Amino acid sequence: MIRGIALRRLSIPPAVIVLLGLMAIGCVVAVIRYVNGIGAISNLDDSTGWGLWISFDLLCGVALAAGAFVTASFVYLFGQEKYRPVLRPAILTGFLGYLMVIVALMVDLGRPERIWYLIIFWNYHSVMFEVGWCVMLYTFVLALEFSPLVFERFGLEAPRRLIHALIIPLAIAGATLSTLHQSSLGSLYTILPDQLNKIWYTPLLPLMFWLTAVAVGPAMVIVESSISSRVFRRGLELDLLSGLARVIPFVLAAYAVVKIGDLAGSGELDLLTKWNLAAGLWWLEMIGFVLLPIVLFSLPAVRRSSTWLLFSALLVVSEVVLSRFAVSLINLSRPDFSVRYLPHPMEFAITISVISAGVLAFGLVARYLPLFVEHAPEPAGK
Amino acid sequence: MAKVAILFDAFKCTGCRGCQVACKQWWGLPAEVTHNTGSYQNPPRVSANTWLLMEFREVDDGDGGGRWAFRRYACMHCLHPACVSACPVGALHKTEEGPVLYHADRCIGCRYCMIACPFDVPTFQWNKGLFEGAVIQKCRFCSDRISAGLEPACVHTCPTGALEFGERDELIAVAEARIAEARTRGHPERYVNHVYGKEEAGGTSLLYIGPHRFEELGMPQLGPEPIQEKTEGIMTKATPTVLVGMLVGLSGIYWVVKRRQEMMGKKRG
Repeated sequence: MIRGIALRRLSIPPAVIVLLGLMAIGCVVAVIRYVNGIGAISNLDDSTGWGLWISFDLLCGVALAAGAFVTASFVYLFGQEKYRPVLRPAILTGFLGYLMVIVALMVDLGRPERIWYLIIFWNYHSVMFEVGWCVMLYTFVLALEFSPLVFERFGLEAPRRLIHALIIPLAIAGATLSTLHQSSLGSLYTILPDQLNKIWYTPLLPLMFWLTAVAVGPAMVIVESSISSRVFRRGLELDLLSGLARVIPFVLAAYAVVKIGDLAGSGELDLLTKWNLAAGLWWLEMIGFVLLPIVLFSLPAVRRSSTWLLFSALLVVSEVVLSRFAVSLINLSRPDFSVRYLPHPMEFAITISVISAGVLAFGLVARYLPLFVEHAPEPAGK
Repeated sequence: MAKVAILFDAFKCTGCRGCQVACKQWWGLPAEVTHNTGSYQNPPRVSANTWLLMEFREVDDGDGGGRWAFRRYACMHCLHPACVSACPVGALHKTEEGPVLYHADRCIGCRYCMIACPFDVPTFQWNKGLFEGAVIQKCRFCSDRISAGLEPACVHTCPTGALEFGERDELIAVAEARIAEARTRGHPERYVNHVYGKEEAGGTSLLYIGPHRFEELGMPQLGPEPIQEKTEGIMTKATPTVLVGMLVGLSGIYWVVKRRQEMMGKKRG
């Protein structure tokens, strides 16, 4: 008996213990923040009002959740029924991504207990107003798109049918809200014509943020499928992923055209010939994370190899991370307070803890809910 | 009521920092823990406890030496404030008379106002937790004193007349006359021929004149259009267009795709 209990205890995977430990550290840090203020756990100050949490947890988090709306649009709106097997994991990744954004915001926001004020106090001239409403509404849409997994697990047929009946409007609303949200995160920075480096400032930031989100959507599905196929030891839908991969070069090419065209249009191409951080990041992004994935994803050999697919998808993910940091942190400076901001270790602790919670939640859903199904059961008589 | 403004004349300023102290006294703001950074500048910038700060800058006097240049660093009370436009919950608002004021009980602490302000003015209480309730702090133009018919505390205390309070149009006239007068009397070095704040970012309620180029004082070089022109354009035009366009466009695509698939199915059947 004793032996049996001991064995049972061992059945908690060590990875879960590590994740729980990281989450616990984050919770302790969050308590310090709620008692002593944001300054107690971060290097944020009046000259650097937004730091790691906004650049990574919020901007990258929302962009990397784009797999949900891109895949849902493919399946429900563009008639690409074959992608249904990767739809549920994509929705889950997006849903968890948004929940992680909200958790991080509850630390970063100065008055987290008032987050709901966005509902009652309106200033529709503020881009932040749009951002806030998109977070609220799209998280709600994602929750509804995710809910059939719960209903199926517990055999709740009536609500499952209701969601099924609403799925097309939900997909349309999801894609619309995502487009508004992804682009509005770029719009936030169009209020900084004088403070953002000329190479990176453009009124087209919303378009650029949206295009990169559309590109990283399929890439995130590839990353998430590749990892979960290894972790949960299931097959990889290589033909589906390579089909998704075909889309990426077109979107990235459109992004490159907008990006170069914008600089050419404002006569600022010569800024790229100077050797400085802003120009260096631009070239790194364009060559390493835009051109290279365009070439790689266009090669049939790459699309047939799970390893190369994952590598190329990670390049697109890097592109999003680099471009978000470049706009929101690295190239954002005021000539006078050329402050050097480096995130405090406790800022990283919050970010790592939120990611750990997301990974753990994904694992739990994969274990206890019908996440991986070949075809979602359709009600008869459709 | 006409729009109120403050004129800061850097030529008349002696850098006594009386305004900085008067501001703290009137609003009961605590002292800052300061650190020696190797210059007279202390504290380094405006903060939640220092709403008005005199900046000490050493500028080239054109003769191999240095000269003090003083900048009054506080809220500019813009005519078209970027912070007001940026605030998602309307906690910041522009009053009819000119001051940009703040409802602390509406603020959610997103700090977009701090990002949006071209003068880097709004500051946050970084060391207040959930129970103390951190808020944004900045100069309030002594709106309580003004409504009682008094001058702002900083103006009231200024011993050299470097700060003047009055109607914005009149103060612009005063500033321009002073620049012209210095020139006719043979002292063009006293004033750069520019009233900073008359047109910058759509105009501000703080007007600056002085002997140094305003970049040397650390004032941002801004065009005449309000900072928030792009974002407000996006919010009032692009966002509604994209919203309606996406809803209609995606519904259309769905309908077309579905119909085509049905036709194909019929053909096959």
